[in-house]
Amino acid sequence: MAKAPGLFWGQFRRDAALALRQPGELANPLAFFLLVITLFPLGVSPETAVLAPLAAGVLWIAALLATLLSLEGLFRRDRDEGTLEQLVLHGDPLVFAVLARLTVHWLGTGLPLTLLAPLLGAMLALPEAARWPVTLALALGTPILVLLGGVGAALTVSLRAGGVLLALLVLPLFIPVLILGVSVAELAVAGLPTGAVLAWLGAGAALALVTTPFAIAGALSIAVETG
Amino acid sequence: MKFPAPLVRLWHRLGSPRWFFETTAPWLPWLLGLGVALLGAGAFWGLALAPADYLQGNSFRIIYVHVPSAILAQSCYMLMGSCGVVLLVWRMKLADMVLEAAAPIGASFTALALATGAVWGKPTWGTWWAWDARVTSMLILLFLYLGIMGLRQALQRPEAAGRACAILAIVGLVNIPIIKYSVDWWLTLHQPSTFKLTEKPAMPPSMWIPLLLSVLGFYALFIWSVLQSTRVVVLERERRTQWVQNFVAAEGSKA
Repeated sequence: MAKAPGLFWGQFRRDAALALRQPGELANPLAFFLLVITLFPLGVSPETAVLAPLAAGVLWIAALLATLLSLEGLFRRDRDEGTLEQLVLHGDPLVFAVLARLTVHWLGTGLPLTLLAPLLGAMLALPEAARWPVTLALALGTPILVLLGGVGAALTVSLRAGGVLLALLVLPLFIPVLILGVSVAELAVAGLPTGAVLAWLGAGAALALVTTPFAIAGALSIAVETG
Repeated sequence: MKFPAPLVRLWHRLGSPRWFFETTAPWLPWLLGLGVALLGAGAFWGLALAPADYLQGNSFRIIYVHVPSAILAQSCYMLMGSCGVVLLVWRMKLADMVLEAAAPIGASFTALALATGAVWGKPTWGTWWAWDARVTSMLILLFLYLGIMGLRQALQRPEAAGRACAILAIVGLVNIPIIKYSVDWWLTLHQPSTFKLTEKPAMPPSMWIPLLLSVLGFYALFIWSVLQSTRVVVLERERRTQWVQNFVAAEGSKA
């Protein structure tokens, strides 16, 4: 356990450096997020009256899909180049490296999505009362998406074309986050307090943070051990 | 904590697929017979003898298929989650085989519950599909089943597939209550009773006894079909062992 901070920060620095050297890959999920959001006014209606009630749902669904899209590469390269094998083999608990990997991933996808949300919310005519509650909900909810999604990514890491399967594995698990996230907006628009729902999201994030890394580490060792 | 010796012995024996295969063989006709008898009695009683509902008329009679399949759909996922724990903790091969065998059966029960629910919904709710909390949870359960089946199919090596499916089954099992409560809560937020199932009158015994019979019949048939397909999985996975080859040769010479 004494080694834990070292294990975490070592992996964190490596992954952060790698991510920063591939700015294109960092930008892709964000571009996708923007693009999906652009499709809604085009596909549904640009009218404020139509968009406003849909805005929070659209933001969340786009965030779900953007996260999903970014997940496929989460452990893929580490596996292909053998880093993952070394991590599993060297005997220290894999959980800390997993946690670092997911933290870097969230900083690269979930955090920018959250920061973009107020801006895109304005483009989607999201009612002003909901702007900050939705942003806060995304800040609490996107870590859950990355953590749960990490389980799916780890389970499918050895598959060449795991994308569709990954969606099938992960999206049903995302549903509670979507429900809570959207209801924050509805409560805020209705002028009701959102604290309770935000607290639920926070509780979910805490629960996911302390449980999923173990499932992910288990799934990764299975993938490495059985080749 | 000390477990009674027969239980410990049973536990160790479950480690042997061969023991399972040979022990369960004589159970099958009994289970099948029991299931058919219970289901037949429940269906006859429910369809012919039970009185029609005063509000829903005869359309309520689909309850004798709908409710048992919904119960089984959930029980089957519990079974798979438990098998996942057993597989990951004790590395028991048999748990993986049950996990593989049970997934399509559970998915079928879920699909059956959804289909019969839609048929029932048409006359009572006036629509084939409503985003009712329980309907939505069932649909998500179906996705969880399909995910496990898809993962097993995609992973080539049986050992990797088994353990990966076990992790997924456990994650799903933990998530089922969360999904269920969030969906219930979402419904109360979104749709204050657009469609409401006619308030259920407390059922008279002439209605619920046949329901109980058909639930028990469904359980017997479920156990029968899980055993049956687990046995097929046992034969397939252990095909290189001597006892399977002897068994197949003996079956072949009988035919």
